[in-house]
Amino acid sequence: MTSTATPTTAAGNDWADVTASESSLRRFLHGLPGVDQVGAEQRAAGLGTRSIKTSAKAFAIDLAISMVDLTTLEGQDTRGKVRALAAKAVRPDPSDPTCPSVAALCVYPDMVATAKAALGTSGVRVASVATAFPSGRAAMDVKLADTREAVAAGADEIDMVIDRGAFLAGHYLQVFEEIAAVRAACARPDGQSAHLKVIMETGELQTYDNVRRVSWLAMMAGAHFIKTSTGKVQPAATLPVTLVMLEAVRDYREQTGRRVGVKPAGGIRSSKDAIKYLVMVNEVAGADWLVPEWFRFGASTLLNDLLMQRTRLATGRYSGPDYFTLD
Amino acid sequence: MSRIDVRKTYKLFIGGQFPRSESGHSYEVLDSRGRFVANAALASRKDARDAVVAARKAFPGWSGRTAYNRGQVVYRIAEVMEDRRPQFVEALRRGEGRTSAAAGKVLDGAIDRLVWYAGWADKLAQVVGNANPVAGPFFNLSTPEPTGVVAVLAPRESSLLGLVSVVAPVIVSGNTVVVTASPDRPLPAVTFAEVLATSDVPAGVVNLLTGSLDRTAATLASHMDVNAIDLTGLAADAEQATALEVEAAANLKRVRRAPAAEPDWSEDPGLDRMTDVLETKTVWHPIGV
Repeated sequence: MTSTATPTTAAGNDWADVTASESSLRRFLHGLPGVDQVGAEQRAAGLGTRSIKTSAKAFAIDLAISMVDLTTLEGQDTRGKVRALAAKAVRPDPSDPTCPSVAALCVYPDMVATAKAALGTSGVRVASVATAFPSGRAAMDVKLADTREAVAAGADEIDMVIDRGAFLAGHYLQVFEEIAAVRAACARPDGQSAHLKVIMETGELQTYDNVRRVSWLAMMAGAHFIKTSTGKVQPAATLPVTLVMLEAVRDYREQTGRRVGVKPAGGIRSSKDAIKYLVMVNEVAGADWLVPEWFRFGASTLLNDLLMQRTRLATGRYSGPDYFTLD
Repeated sequence: MSRIDVRKTYKLFIGGQFPRSESGHSYEVLDSRGRFVANAALASRKDARDAVVAARKAFPGWSGRTAYNRGQVVYRIAEVMEDRRPQFVEALRRGEGRTSAAAGKVLDGAIDRLVWYAGWADKLAQVVGNANPVAGPFFNLSTPEPTGVVAVLAPRESSLLGLVSVVAPVIVSGNTVVVTASPDRPLPAVTFAEVLATSDVPAGVVNLLTGSLDRTAATLASHMDVNAIDLTGLAADAEQATALEVEAAANLKRVRRAPAAEPDWSEDPGLDRMTDVLETKTVWHPIGV
């Protein structure tokens, strides 16, 4: 795929002139090269055909487990369920101590304190959705309060949703300022800051060009991660969309030197799918993105399939859902 | 100009779909006199795995139906089979080397067997369930429940009547099944799968694999998500049957052992093919509380 060379208006890593006004931001985003839809889909499909077997598969499965953001975002979530999931996050396969922990536990803001207490010093991070997830339809001060509360409760990572309505209506600066404001709200009193993941909800963005634009918008506004979807809208994460985002983070680093992570979320259910994503990360963004700090899977059912495949590799027997927790 | 033959591709039946083998492999099926008839899909280990996944997915819905409704669905299979009579007769004639009249008799037997098992659907619980007398103020009720996903190795010789006689008793009580067809005579089984697809059987309740048992049987026997296995297809192959029983022990599957010789399928089948794949649930309920 071609590199998304940025128009000359952007000087180095200083985006001040780009983001100075609605019109300069629009000029920049619309100046990004268009995505070749057929090419992107073909490239994604082609990368999906790689055969990953035996020891490479074992490595990929363990890597994928360590990249999972184990997610529970249901209206029916209880503290008990979050605690049970926290236990699973730390030890996904209790019968096998060599099985890695997942990267993070992703919950609603009111469950952050419970998750934090349950995870303790295990090293598994707590991610919280915020800013009126999943629709993002709330007043700005409500969104910021939502974020601050989650950070105060101990969230290490904040998954915010952008205002898709504003973006699709062309109010780019509003979206930009909102992300920047939430990023500021992620600051902790000790001077550090919770990591900010920006959910683009690609299923509502209509075109790959828009995906590329929101990716750049979010990165310029200071996102640490760009994330495909809430998981509440179909289609959620797809390979071509993730491909476009991986190209964006790759090009952004070339331009500015700053690295941004990618998190596909929703709809990734099988180990096979997960491995396809890992192949694509390696081929598009590069091998140094293949770590939990820079690539995550937002998933709930994926973990059980990864564990089943892991057991299969270890024992030679196909395993079944009876042997893993229901969640 | 002579017309070019339109040949049928005999495929697997997994989750209500007719996929070719995931491996892409196929094998030649010969008739009773050794002449080429067709190519059939040669199922791989992965096909067996996919079939188990499909069967597991279908289990809650199928076992959750009322027994009465399952009986109706099995009866419907018989109706649709009757409708395909010439096709089955032709397949039996070529595959098993029977005369048309004899093949018709076998088909009658298969259809009647489905009707017979369909009738059992809502009577089984009354016959094998019980209200147990206990020494205390309790109702104590035992009811049969389906065990789950059942792997069945269908008989080698009887490719239709035998197949129906091992599949119907498993599904009628609410189990879902992965069945391997007779390796040498798979074509009636594939036609039977087409009957299933066009009757009211939900996708995944019956999944059919064709091809050598060497590829699929061990996977099914060792699969942790298979709850029972019927080794009827290994009649008179004690060595392989023993090997599969050992594999099946890992998750304490229910095993129906291989018979010494292939049974006479025209005989009265009895209840044991149904009861072998049932679990008994016993409930204690206090009286007068």
